[in-house]
Amino acid sequence: MRRAFAIARAEMLILRRNRWLFMATLIMLAFALALSFAGSAPTGTLGVDMLTVSVASMTTLSVYLAPLLALMMGFDAVAGDRDRGSLALLLAYPAGRGEILLGKLMAHLAALAVAMCIGFGAAGAVAAWFGGAGAESLMALGRLVLTSILLGAVFLVLGYALSALSSGATAAAGLSAGVWLVFVVLYDLGLLGAVVMDSGGVFTQKVFPWVMVANPADAFRLWNVAASESVALSSGMAGAASALPGWAAPLSLLLWPVLGFLLACAAFRRVEP
Amino acid sequence: MDNSPLQIRALDKFRGKTQVLHGIDLDIAPGERLALLGHNGAGKSTLIKAVLGLIRHEGGSIRICGAAPGSAAARAATAFLPEAVSFHPALTGHEQLTLFARLAGERADIDGLLERVGLGEAMHRRIGAYSKGMRQRLGLAQVLLGRPKLALLDEPTSGLDPISRQDLYAIINELAEQGAAVLIASHALTEVEARTDRIAILRKGIKVADDTLAGLTSQAGLPVKLRVQASGAHADRIATETGGRRINGASVEILCSPQDKMAELRRIAALGDAVADIDMVPPRLEDLYRHYSGEDRK
Ligand SMILES: Nc1ncnc2c1ncn2[C@@H]1O[C@H](COP(=O)(O)OP(=O)(O)OP(=O)(O)O)[C@@H](O)[C@H]1O
Ligand SMILES: [Mg+2]
Repeated sequence: MRRAFAIARAEMLILRRNRWLFMATLIMLAFALALSFAGSAPTGTLGVDMLTVSVASMTTLSVYLAPLLALMMGFDAVAGDRDRGSLALLLAYPAGRGEILLGKLMAHLAALAVAMCIGFGAAGAVAAWFGGAGAESLMALGRLVLTSILLGAVFLVLGYALSALSSGATAAAGLSAGVWLVFVVLYDLGLLGAVVMDSGGVFTQKVFPWVMVANPADAFRLWNVAASESVALSSGMAGAASALPGWAAPLSLLLWPVLGFLLACAAFRRVEP
Repeated sequence: MDNSPLQIRALDKFRGKTQVLHGIDLDIAPGERLALLGHNGAGKSTLIKAVLGLIRHEGGSIRICGAAPGSAAARAATAFLPEAVSFHPALTGHEQLTLFARLAGERADIDGLLERVGLGEAMHRRIGAYSKGMRQRLGLAQVLLGRPKLALLDEPTSGLDPISRQDLYAIINELAEQGAAVLIASHALTEVEARTDRIAILRKGIKVADDTLAGLTSQAGLPVKLRVQASGAHADRIATETGGRRINGASVEILCSPQDKMAELRRIAALGDAVADIDMVPPRLEDLYRHYSGEDRK
């Protein structure tokens, strides 16, 4: 564990040094603020406070942005060191490969957490200031931040796995873009197509919600939606959420980082520098 | 012999279908400096990586102080300098060495070590702004962390200027004096000739020689070169009488086997005043290397 912390400290230095932390925070802040202001118009019609609406739109934003930022950090984790030639030396030191990945994960997660907290926190503060906030909408904001970090963790570890499996950093970047596209865009399109074909049959009733919640990006959306009725109302996802037990989405989102990390470790163990 | 720093027996390694190491046996004693020589692609780096446990081997066994390669005990006992070493360009030399010290669990004097390898001024600059030789020195500094029982140096002098090379060998000597077994993979024959205790040569993954310089010399039985300088116009006479070869107006070169050397010298001495001077050139490591690596067989 001491060694994992040593790796984490060095990784954190690197993230700060190459301005990654700064850029990620800036991106989150810009998008979150823009969405908060853009989404401030229709508050009155739904009868909820402005922070609730803001959280709903930021949930949609996070589905795209959290995996993207995470994959951008993750794809380089193993492949970058191997391309540079510094991996052999690192692996000659008495740190296990699991420890190395854990150290990188801690640093990368901390960076994501900083970006999320500042971005969503600032946008939430602005929305609360102008449109008011209740205890429930503050809870929703906190949930959004935490689940966004979890979603980021999923794609960080998936990025590590891709990084270990691919032949180089460039290939890993390409694979990461593909994974992002599949999980965030194509998966939902495919499900939508299946539902249309099925036209309300057994698949739509029984199978569809489970297939949906198996995707961490959708589990993230469902968790945020199901936990807060007013967010569900304003994002129109109440249907799928109500068909599932309440633990399904949290379980999926908590299980994915663990399984992904094990997968990444298994892939990393096979790497010969 | 459980505590021998390095013991390799019948090591086989395949890359795909081609065998890159064939039944290698190799031992290094504490305090011994071994030079590992061989052509490009002979398998030197592969051998080192197998010892580090970075790659799997298909046959034979490796023991580092009695431990299996890649085990915690083996990694703690080993220091490694990769060929063409590199680090993350965003970190400073000081930060990089601090990371290695923490990973090794050593409370090392980081500043002192960096001063020691001549990076005192540059230690707080980014590694991305280092020259090749400076990176090599940083690599060397991390070898000195802790007290390794086995140091594996892959082409340690590549990229170093002549003074740095001397510093490097001073450091290697110090490691050896502290009882470390040092393996140096190198192409710089003249350097390792004078500064190592034993020489092993790989050819296409087969160990073709492993002995001290003196041992290799006597086994090879390579001819000694006698260069005779004639006084006046006697060069032709000397050449015909000794069976040597004229190499310029006044010199004759004679090749003779080590056993015949004294007889030949007596014959030349008998020529009297015709001989102005004589030089004796024993076979150098370069000649031995050619001999053992099979380069001199046409
Ligand atoms: N990653 C790899 N994948 C496949 N084959 C490899 C790999 N690395 C090395 N080889 C092969 O293994 C053999 C030995 O290579 P190695 O790097 O050990 O040579 P070397 O003696 O260190 O050469 P050099 O003096 O050029 O450093 C070569 O035939 C090489 O082609
Ligand atoms: Mg090599």
